Amino acid sequence: MKRATAIRLALIAAIVLALELLTRTGVIARFVAPPPSEMVAGLWRLLLSGRVQPAIAQTLGKIAIACASAIVVGSAVGVAVQRSRAVADAMAPFFTAYYAVPVYAFYPLMIAIFGVGEAPQVVIGFMLAVVAVVVNTINALDRIPRVLHKTAAVYGMSPLEAARRIYLPHAGPYLATGVKLAVSYSFIGVIGAEFIMSRVGIGHEIVFAYNNFENEIMYPLILFVLLVAGTVNGLFYAWEKRLLSRRSRS
Amino acid sequence: MNVAATDAAVHIGLRGVTRIFGTDPRTRVNALGPIDLDLRRGEFFAVVGPSGCGKSTLFDIVAGLSPATDGTATFEGRPLDGRTVPEGVGVVFQEDASFAWLTVADNVAFGIRRAGLGAAEVKRRVDDTLAFMGLRDFAAAYPAQLSGGMRQRVCIARTLVQRPRLILLDEPFGALDQQTRLIMGEELLKLWRETGATVLLITHALDEAAMLADRVGVMSARPGRIIDLVETPWGKDRDSRVVADPRFGEITARLWTRLRDESMSALSQKAG
Amino acid sequence: MTSARNNLLVILALIALWQLAYWAIGDLALRPPLDTLCKAAALIASEGFTAHLAETMRAFALALGIAVVVGVGLGFCLGMSRLAGEVGEPLLVSFYSLPKITLYPIVLLIFGIGMPSKIAFGAIHGIMPIAIFTLGALRNLPPVLGRTSRALRLNRWQSAWTVLLPAARPEIFTGLRLGFSLTLIGTLLGEMFASQRGIGFLLMQAIGLHDTDVIMALTLLIVAFAITASMALLAVDKRLRHGAA
Repeated sequence: MKRATAIRLALIAAIVLALELLTRTGVIARFVAPPPSEMVAGLWRLLLSGRVQPAIAQTLGKIAIACASAIVVGSAVGVAVQRSRAVADAMAPFFTAYYAVPVYAFYPLMIAIFGVGEAPQVVIGFMLAVVAVVVNTINALDRIPRVLHKTAAVYGMSPLEAARRIYLPHAGPYLATGVKLAVSYSFIGVIGAEFIMSRVGIGHEIVFAYNNFENEIMYPLILFVLLVAGTVNGLFYAWEKRLLSRRSRS
Repeated sequence: MNVAATDAAVHIGLRGVTRIFGTDPRTRVNALGPIDLDLRRGEFFAVVGPSGCGKSTLFDIVAGLSPATDGTATFEGRPLDGRTVPEGVGVVFQEDASFAWLTVADNVAFGIRRAGLGAAEVKRRVDDTLAFMGLRDFAAAYPAQLSGGMRQRVCIARTLVQRPRLILLDEPFGALDQQTRLIMGEELLKLWRETGATVLLITHALDEAAMLADRVGVMSARPGRIIDLVETPWGKDRDSRVVADPRFGEITARLWTRLRDESMSALSQKAG
Repeated sequence: MTSARNNLLVILALIALWQLAYWAIGDLALRPPLDTLCKAAALIASEGFTAHLAETMRAFALALGIAVVVGVGLGFCLGMSRLAGEVGEPLLVSFYSLPKITLYPIVLLIFGIGMPSKIAFGAIHGIMPIAIFTLGALRNLPPVLGRTSRALRLNRWQSAWTVLLPAARPEIFTGLRLGFSLTLIGTLLGEMFASQRGIGFLLMQAIGLHDTDVIMALTLLIVAFAITASMALLAVDKRLRHGAA
């Protein structure tokens, strides 16, 4: 694994370096993409200037709320749906199809219900994330073998105790997958909603810069979003891997 | 059978135990019984039978995991309600029931810790049990790092640490290779000798039953009934070397003779 | 049979929920199911709609084609070697989980406004899930298959084509199902931003005009298409798995 990590980092470095060379030599036109070094420098200046911090705080706050509520609601719905095999099976095709639905189309509806503030963007993030949690909760519960249900019975556990002591720990790594997806989908949902039709947040700042041909602001901001989302997702990915590795034969 | 046994000597008592699945008269399945059987306190009893004869159904009833449709099942004179596993009964399943999220030591400690034993007592009993089951070097390992036989040992240890007076095993070695089965069989004998517990072993392996048990109950094809009781002549200190004894061949042969027709009828049941 | 009936029940439940939501929220930003259905029918019959639909379908088909070829190819290349898989998988996963919408300005700067941008945007949404599932499918294959190929004296390419790919097909197909949905949303998002044609463009225009009738009708059509396709793909998926088991 160590070797793979080294190769991966080298690969990323090579890509960044190639991009730097291609932009410096003009093979990639400057208006398409500035050199990565300039993006980083631009991001540094932008952060020092302090003008984007409110937008960043706002966006990250919305993502946190969307993600947390998706995990709570999604787990509850998942547990409820999984209780009946027929219901879970009947809903399966709808869960996959769900990701083809442009949830952003419901934005006007969200505004009508929740007002013009930040709530609609949170709801969009929630809507994208919650289904991933539901699907993974069902999957996690499905993976509990019958013998563990019997074992719970042997110890004479109440359903609640069995859930706490046996089912939840057993399903943990698979539930972590749902949490990981909830994080990335709330990023996608909230930033997407800001991007399309909000007047606040990082997403909006990127569109604003794009419309005003301010590449020196747009690129650093895009870089920032990708870095933050990449780091957070990477951490959850590593967490999930660690939980799963304990289950696989080594 | 064994009606002469006194109440105190009867550890498990089954009277007319029957199990029927389903209520619709057209689709309901008579899975088991009626069965009359007494397990004596401290004996090693094995049940063999053709596949699908209701061995596991019988197991669940004796364990208190599911109720009998008809008849009565008692453990130490008290009726089993089919919902709770009584104190004093330890259960080992065929499938791997080790807890993947706990270390071997925490797996073994699970039941007694839950029962509220003090930390020092838990540690002492867990250490003893780990040593007894040959798991001491694996105390900090997770089940996924162990072989199938070792994981089954963890499950047995987890049951044993609660000091059961009756140990029920449902095909516990079904997923293991032949050599491992023989070794585990010897360990089971040692465990039985040293704990003095009553053991009920459900198995499909005739040689296993013949080698391990004091008495072997042979079950018929569905609905499973006890059609023969075979006593083995082995002493309490037997081990797997009894397979070299000519009487071992006779016993397995008798078991197979009784089972052959039942197995065939079980096969045709499946086909039909 | 029963599964089809259950699916139908879910659809009825969704429609009932929708009607209830309409009664609860009112005309402000919602239309009842029946009105929406009528509006959708009128929309389909309206002049010019076929051209928009054809545009979207063309972009979607091309994007899906690219996503499948590149995704399966990429997953296969990485899946054939243990090291390549370990190097590549975290990269695939992190790209999959990025808010790709932020890349849209870059896609526009490279491809300009119009068809190529839509296709590119659709494809980058679809490639990753397909590649991730293909990679996972190959990694989960029992090692005995690789040894069997060697025993049959197949070379690397023959082994991949005649043994590994068929064996991994059910799992890869699950990736294709997800890739299908994500490519569709990617294409539509592409149209919503920078396009003068297509269903996504119509949707964005309706949102801009606060034309709730059209928004609802278009969303219904998209959802109906996605669900129908998803059910069909799931049915194929199940058949593949039963064949494999």
